[in-house]
Amino acid sequence: MCGPYRNCGFSDLIYRYDGSFEGFLCCVFESYEKNEIPRDIVSDFSQTSLIFEKNIDTDLQKAQRVLKAIPKRMGAAALTFIKEAFLTCLPKKELYMLLFLRKGFTHGASVMNMLADDVVNKLFKAVRHLSREVHLLKGFVRFSDYGGALAAQIEPKNFVLPLLSEHFCGRYPEETFLIHDKTHSAALIYKPYRCEIIPASDFVLPEACEAETVFRELWRLFYKTIEVEGRHNPKCRMSHMPKRYWKHMTELCCPEKAGAPLITGDKPIKKLT
Amino acid sequence: MDLFDKLKILTDSAKYDVACTSSGVDKTAQKGGIGSASACGICHSFAADGRCISLLKVLMTNYCVFDCKYCVNRRSNDVPRAAFTPRELAELTINFYRRNYIEGLFLSSGVIKTPDYTCERMIETLRILREDYRFSGYIHAKVIPGTDSALVSRLGMLADRLSVNLELPSLESLKLLAPDKSKTSILAPMGYLKNRIEENRSEIIQYKNAPTFAPAGQSTQIIIGATPETDYHILNLTESLYKKYKLKRVFYSAYIPVAEDSLLPSPDTSPPLFREHRLYQADWLIRFYGFSAGEILDQSHQTLNPYVDPKCNWALNHLELFPIEVNKAGYDELLRVPGIGVTGARRIMTARRASSLDFDGLKKTGIVLKRAKYFITCRGKIAEGVKITQDEILRALMSERELGMLSPKWEQLSVFDRENLIEEEMKKCLMAGIPDQTACAARIETAGFPI
Repeated sequence: MCGPYRNCGFSDLIYRYDGSFEGFLCCVFESYEKNEIPRDIVSDFSQTSLIFEKNIDTDLQKAQRVLKAIPKRMGAAALTFIKEAFLTCLPKKELYMLLFLRKGFTHGASVMNMLADDVVNKLFKAVRHLSREVHLLKGFVRFSDYGGALAAQIEPKNFVLPLLSEHFCGRYPEETFLIHDKTHSAALIYKPYRCEIIPASDFVLPEACEAETVFRELWRLFYKTIEVEGRHNPKCRMSHMPKRYWKHMTELCCPEKAGAPLITGDKPIKKLT
Repeated sequence: MDLFDKLKILTDSAKYDVACTSSGVDKTAQKGGIGSASACGICHSFAADGRCISLLKVLMTNYCVFDCKYCVNRRSNDVPRAAFTPRELAELTINFYRRNYIEGLFLSSGVIKTPDYTCERMIETLRILREDYRFSGYIHAKVIPGTDSALVSRLGMLADRLSVNLELPSLESLKLLAPDKSKTSILAPMGYLKNRIEENRSEIIQYKNAPTFAPAGQSTQIIIGATPETDYHILNLTESLYKKYKLKRVFYSAYIPVAEDSLLPSPDTSPPLFREHRLYQADWLIRFYGFSAGEILDQSHQTLNPYVDPKCNWALNHLELFPIEVNKAGYDELLRVPGIGVTGARRIMTARRASSLDFDGLKKTGIVLKRAKYFITCRGKIAEGVKITQDEILRALMSERELGMLSPKWEQLSVFDRENLIEEEMKKCLMAGIPDQTACAARIETAGFPI
């Protein structure tokens, strides 16, 4: 056995939970109660597998017990870490998180130092990837003004909205804004001084008004002009700003065509509730 | 003139200033206001030259009464001129900021009428932003040499970072190329800023709500390659600026010919980007790695080695200190290993608290062993297949391309010839007594190095 399976006695079964963090904590509870380690922990109900599956119901009391135990046994940093790990796009993240917590309950706070361990290392890398994406998006999000409210769209690999909310709410306390995450079909909605993340699947940015297009053009002009031609270096740009972000960035996606919306679609903007 | 034209002209003339960082201060928006800042700084975009765009970098105006020969905005240059009104620029900044295009404003200016008058217009712009819009985002403002200190003081109460550009690395060059500026007109405000910043820090300790003066400190910029100063001279200058004036950053700007003048490099010379790159590497060693300028270069070695980075060069010349044991070495020692940076050293310190590290474990913590393996042992062992001699290391550390720089005909040489070439040239290169340095540097510039 290799990877996460090493050194662990695995049971021939899969856990299925509702996809919530509390649900995951209940998987941890189950794993300890039954003294078993599943081959995988999944939340996708559309797939079926040949191995025996166990449905784990979300029980808030059980979740609470695990949640309290984590900082007590391995420190507050480990809890923050595991919460962040839950937002990453790491395949089989729930299984790695379970294995991490089992290590943590055995070794205590020092689990956070075990950077050369396969499980810990894998999760640390995933969280680093998440943190980098969060940091980049703090800069790369592009809002447009729609009648006084701001809206933006992103397509991140990790579920970054919970980590972006503090930054943007702190930056624009008097604005009303929305950031739509296309990958995870969710939106961060802020109205002074309340912030919420809601599921939102079919959302399309509306057409920009004239004043908005003027600022977009001004920004594109600035972007083009600021380059020092003698130092042209597209490779360097690409390594700092991976191409997958360009699609939603005003200065890098195509300039306004007469009347054409930035991203095609005909649905009106969802009303802020 | 419409806003588009103004923005184009005033961006175009501001872009040769390299500083565009928004780091050094943590702030959140006031109630009823807008804007915050994060100590690590945030890049909002990257231009096609690969440089970070964090701030709206523009000039208040590009009209200028000075005639500095290296500057695109000099009085005698025939270029279109424009000026923002303070209100106009403040509005543009806020509109860009709301859309998250920028982290704040970088405001510099040509000298219109007098330095004092210019500064007053800048102050008015910042006042509108801070007071009318209650803007807490990042503002970097330039101090024009020759401005009255009362005005500089007012500017500092509004901006997060101030900078006075040194521009040329020596008094002689300054006299020659910037006849309107003098060393005192540049160093005096720098000294004033240093004192004022220190004074303010103690005020803040005494009174919690004392207004802050340039909370993100001051920086400066030096133009590289317009004048004959050596790397050794520039690094010593840099070090003394950090020590004496407590600068947060010294920026280097490879000179891009913008004017034809018998005193300057001809307009068809390409900017010394690679030299600038090496200087930044050396600057990093001084700021984060505990190196002194004297350790990097000395009287008899005045130029940074083009073949290997400054840290590698230092390590190769001090092989008696290596290899070090990763499981025992202190943080400072780890930092001296080529290939181990600040993050890497910290991770090693953390990881070895849990268990002792072998090469495999090191790799997993994210240490790149390509260079590091020649300078370390893990549990007393040297990495497999590694020999620690200068020749061996140099050969392994230089890429095909860098080897190609040793001899332009590298690719056509036979294996035997290559061996011979390496033996001779590398020895010389290591001692920084590089054969025909200028020719070799020229080859590097044309090689179009990625910076």
